[in-house]
Amino acid sequence: MVSKRPNASTRETYGKTLLEMAGEFPDIVVLGGDLNVSVFTHLWRDKHPDRFFDFGPAEQNLVGVSAGLAASGKIPFVSTFAVFGTGRPFDQLRVLVAQPHLNVKLVCTHAGLLTGEDGMSAQGIEDLALTCSLPGFTVVSPADSPETAQVIRAAAVTPGPFYVRLSRAATPVVHGPGYRFNLGCAETMRDGSDVAILATGVMVSVSLDAAELLAQQGINARVINVHTLKPLDEEAVVSAARDAGAVVTAEEHYIHGGLGSIVSQVLGQKRPVPVEMVALEGYAESAPAQELMVKYGLTPQRVADAAQRAIKRKG
Amino acid sequence: MQAIAKELRRDVVQTIYTGGSGHPGGSLSEMDILVTLYFHVMRHDPANPRWPDRDRLILSKGHASAGLYAVLAKAGYFPKAELPTFRKLNSRLQGHAHPMTPGVEMNSGSLGMGLSFALGCALAARLDKRRYNVYALLGDGECDEGQVWEAAMAAAHHRATNLVAIVDRNRIQNDRTTDEVMKLEPLAMKWRAFGWRVLETNGHDYTALISTLERASQRQGRPTAIIAHTVKGKGVSFMENNPSFHGKAPSAQELEKALQELA
Repeated sequence: MVSKRPNASTRETYGKTLLEMAGEFPDIVVLGGDLNVSVFTHLWRDKHPDRFFDFGPAEQNLVGVSAGLAASGKIPFVSTFAVFGTGRPFDQLRVLVAQPHLNVKLVCTHAGLLTGEDGMSAQGIEDLALTCSLPGFTVVSPADSPETAQVIRAAAVTPGPFYVRLSRAATPVVHGPGYRFNLGCAETMRDGSDVAILATGVMVSVSLDAAELLAQQGINARVINVHTLKPLDEEAVVSAARDAGAVVTAEEHYIHGGLGSIVSQVLGQKRPVPVEMVALEGYAESAPAQELMVKYGLTPQRVADAAQRAIKRKG
Repeated sequence: MQAIAKELRRDVVQTIYTGGSGHPGGSLSEMDILVTLYFHVMRHDPANPRWPDRDRLILSKGHASAGLYAVLAKAGYFPKAELPTFRKLNSRLQGHAHPMTPGVEMNSGSLGMGLSFALGCALAARLDKRRYNVYALLGDGECDEGQVWEAAMAAAHHRATNLVAIVDRNRIQNDRTTDEVMKLEPLAMKWRAFGWRVLETNGHDYTALISTLERASQRQGRPTAIIAHTVKGKGVSFMENNPSFHGKAPSAQELEKALQELA
């Protein structure tokens, strides 16, 4: 990712964090689907082979087995790519995990456009919509590597189904070492009252850069990291709308069913203000991640443009 | 056990009649398998449904819930007086089996999922060094689902020796016979090819069922599949081998006739 901030890999952080937690959480078992090197659970596999199970690329069974383990008191961490972990076994997530509210942790990498060269079938741009549609699921899209480490710990200690969205590409680090992640509480990263930019995942970094562009034009933008999409921090969303009077949502996800939809649902009911959405309008293509971000409009300039539009629409 | 099964078959047709809908065919075909498991083979405690060392029955063919509910009530998991609440508002007895019912292990209603769930339970026993067995009851039509074979491959690969899959081979699925909808044979060879020990039994003969299930419980380095040859609608003449009673409640006259036959 092009940014003034250093990049770090959230999936590598996931694998390392999980490994650190092995002694503290004896009930954690790790399940994979033949992508363990890519999702960094091979670190766990090589250290704790007795608490690791590979099921090959057979994700319906993968999720089904995790439900049986969870029902038997284990804390299964299931990892594969976002498309294979949320799309392929959606019915298993619905019937075996969500409906009985089992303690399954689904941590998927290679979400969104940042999957890059593998192309549209590999780019999971619907995963937030799918998982947010399941009652009882907690859904978190970390902004960077330091946040990811804390999200994984939160997943282990939070009862019930939990989805974590990670990227293939290394992404800009937006948090310092003192950062404390608070599940379900959106993080205000920059204050401002002309417009509020609500972002998730890699778009937090992009939105911080957009706020810089806006500042050069004398516009003070609030930037909020909505890491937890479900349950949404409705209070933070409503107060941002109240204070700024205009909202932009920014996500590396399809425009339907993700952050923009969820925020609009809340604001429509509780605080109607102009909302502009920066998101994907449809399927993309194969290319290096950064080139895709530019072509498909996930840039600081496009977020700043959306902010200007939102401000113009204020009543 | 034959007497128990007859009583529970009466409960099945009565429960589905009162509920107004349900699946009598598969609930009747599976009954002798369930009675053998719950009243002879499995170690379980109705007073403590979550006892960690219990043997587990995973009803993968969750539409046949009325059969399981009759058995669980008889075993003492919940009062028999609850059976008439089947499929009614505020009942614990859902149309498809759900773990809100004491004694039900898995949510169900989408076919092909139970063997994977059962494998998860079986692997948990290994992790926790417990000795319990896990029995997954599958419909034969359900074996059309690809996930069954994903799970079959995985159970053999991970040497789940405490896992027993039982196929209720009644040869009729929702619309028509399994031969007409989707040919399954050679079914035993399929399971063998996936790395399972395969046993076949008459699914209504208690001597055969007991000896087969006891053999299956002796671990042999592989999971065990039992193909239990059954009759759909077993025990009620006009339901037997009749696809129209896969998912239909009997009328008042049909109920009366069924109860007479099962008296």
